[in-house]
Formats: sequence, structure tokens, C-alpha cells
Amino acid sequence: MIVAVASGKGGTGKTTVAAALARVWERPCLAVDADVEEPNLDLYLRAREVARDRAAIEVPQVGHSERCDGCGACAEICAFKAVLAFGDFPVVFAEMCHGCGGCIAVCPHGVLVPGARELGAVRRGRAGAAESRPDLWLIEGRLRVGEAMSPPLIRQVLRDAAALAAETGADIVIDAPPGTSCPAMAAVRDADAIVLVAEPTPFGLHDLGLAVRAFADQGAPIGVVVNRADLGDSSVQAFCGDTGLPVLAELPFRREIAAACARGVPLDRLGGETLRAVTALADAVRDLAEQGMRR
Amino acid sequence: MTRIATSARGSAPDDGVDPRFGRAKGFVVFDTATQAWSYIANDAACDLPQGAGLAAAERLARAGVGVVLTGSVGPKAAQALAAARIVAHEGRFGGLVRQAVADHLAAPEHGGE
Repeated sequence: MIVAVASGKGGTGKTTVAAALARVWERPCLAVDADVEEPNLDLYLRAREVARDRAAIEVPQVGHSERCDGCGACAEICAFKAVLAFGDFPVVFAEMCHGCGGCIAVCPHGVLVPGARELGAVRRGRAGAAESRPDLWLIEGRLRVGEAMSPPLIRQVLRDAAALAAETGADIVIDAPPGTSCPAMAAVRDADAIVLVAEPTPFGLHDLGLAVRAFADQGAPIGVVVNRADLGDSSVQAFCGDTGLPVLAELPFRREIAAACARGVPLDRLGGETLRAVTALADAVRDLAEQGMRR
Repeated sequence: MTRIATSARGSAPDDGVDPRFGRAKGFVVFDTATQAWSYIANDAACDLPQGAGLAAAERLARAGVGVVLTGSVGPKAAQALAAARIVAHEGRFGGLVRQAVADHLAAPEHGGE
């Protein structure tokens, strides 16, 4: 089972919700931080790091310039202007490359050979207390400073997560990047359900609408968590009613919650009504994901 | 003898200079050997989500251009122009193409042509 926690607007509470869900999840759970540009899930989960691997994307490099006959096939197939051909041999702009491998494949003389561009790192760790929660893991992607593209690293993170989930039988809870462009789309692609965390303000409503449209084609059922629900207006709830989106939870604005977030204390540790709300949310999310898996 | 390309808002020598390189609509070219003016359209590059400067550099290289006059060139496009052995002169943000070319040819450090 794979659940993605996403949003239109940033700062709505995705990471806070994702951390809490993973911690109260009743089955083995792998929390995945796919917000590789600014991973912050570990601020709540405080995992004990077990492995850290470099991630790279395959890019072309000029291996045998003397073999080039100027045919230009490499430049012609490239959709991203990462390979130019106008002289004695191709000129490669590795940072523009999306890793399709087309140029290397079409060169008739083997001028271009595979090289690598470093994307960043993937960290893996155990996020639960050894005695009480041995079955909670974290996988986090961390984009290299200077790297412009997140989706290739996000895809690597999700591949690593799928492998660990297969090995352990864990469900996956993904903390997605904010927004609705390429990074968010890459993070939610395989999800069985998408939880959108929204805030009840005009910007929150507008960006929730964008997110619903962006993720509609993905096909997974969508549920909404309204965060700081008593602070704004009721237009988000009205929008959900009108579009048939289930409101999975309404989390109130409480100073103690804000203080906990500031100290990296996950919601479930607050006990009382907050813990009850998070546990109920986890049940609702699981039901939504089961619905998604049946389609 | 050189082909001098100027990023332009139109297709004629009396049209205005376009200060952009990669997303200029086109380049008006003056050939010092034949003294003739011609035009290279750059529409395809304008629409690219990335690499417009690289596409423009490639287009100029294929057209045998030796010098480009424009406003400013980004770092990747500058690399591409250098690889193509095209000399780029930045700092041309306005005025007419004809004037830009005349100024370039008259400049003492270029020795006229």
C-alpha cells in the first residue's frame, strides 16, 4: 500500500501529517521523504541512519571524439539541448540532460559513452524505538546543492523505497514536495491514495483546486485534511462537498501543536484529542488506499 | 571575411536590436564578403522550455556565423558559442541593427574589415 501526502500550497502541514501517520500506522511502515529539495521529515522522525548512498543519473560524455563524422544524430534526438553538434564533435551540457540515453543509442560510431551526474544522496534509517516500534523506517532523498532537477532523484528514492517495502512487507507513506509541477507529480505517481493537506484560506482553496486538477489523471482516490481548520473560513469544506472529495480530518489550530512542531515533536506524542484525531485519520487513509488498490 | 549576426526584433537591418540572445525572434546577418544582408529566424528556440540559448548558438554555428552582437549571453550559451568559435559581443541593448554592425566594423580593436 502506498499513500502520498501532498498539497497545492506549501506550508499546509504535509510533513507534520505524514510523520504522525507513519508513527501511528498499525502495520509495518516505511516513511519516505520525497521533498528532496528540502527534506525535513527526519526532524520529526529522528531516524538512526543505517545507510547513505550517492545517487546519480546517467548522462553522455564524449568518449571518442576522433570517431565523430558530424552527422548530428545525437543533437537531433535530444529534446533538451543537452547535446549540440555543429563542429568536429558533439558538445555536451550534462546539467541539461534528463538521462534518456537516446544520443548514446543513436550515435553510429560510439562517440558518446555513458557518464554520470551526481543527483544527491539517499539516506535510509530506522525511525522507531527498537523495542516498541522495530518496523518503522525512513528513506530520505537529499538533492545535491546546485542540482536543478528533482524528479530523477525522487524516482531513485521511490525505487529504493519499493525495494525495502518488498523486503519488509511495509506500507509506504510518502511526504511529497509541495505544489503541482514535476517534482510533486513524480512523487505521487505510484500512490494508491493521495492525501491533500489544505488550509482554509483563499490561497489554500485556490491551490487545493490546482492540486486536485493536477492529480486527477493519476487516478488514485483523493482525500483532504483541513489543517488549522478553525482559523479561516469554510470554503475548503464547501469545495470538498461540491466536488465529492472526502474530508478525512479537520485538525484544529492549537498553540501546543505549533509549539510541538517547532520542537520537532510529532503530533501523536501530544496525546489527548490530537492523538485521537491522528489515529482516526490513519484509519480513514488506509480505507481510502484500499479503495485505490481495488481500481 | 565574416558573417556578423545581430539579435533583432525584426528581419531587416533597420529594425531594432533585441537585447536577448536565446529568446530573440531572429538574427539579422551581414556578410562582409558579399556586403549582403540576410535573416535567420529563431522561433524554434523561443518556444523551448530550456536550452534556448544553446539552440540559438547551434543555429548560428550551422549558418556559418563568425560574430554575434547582442545584449547579454548566458553562461551555457557562451560556452556553446565558444565551442563553435563564434565571438560574442555583449552590451548591445538597443538601437538599430545597422548601427550595431557599423559600430562593430569601425571599432579599432576589431581592425575594421
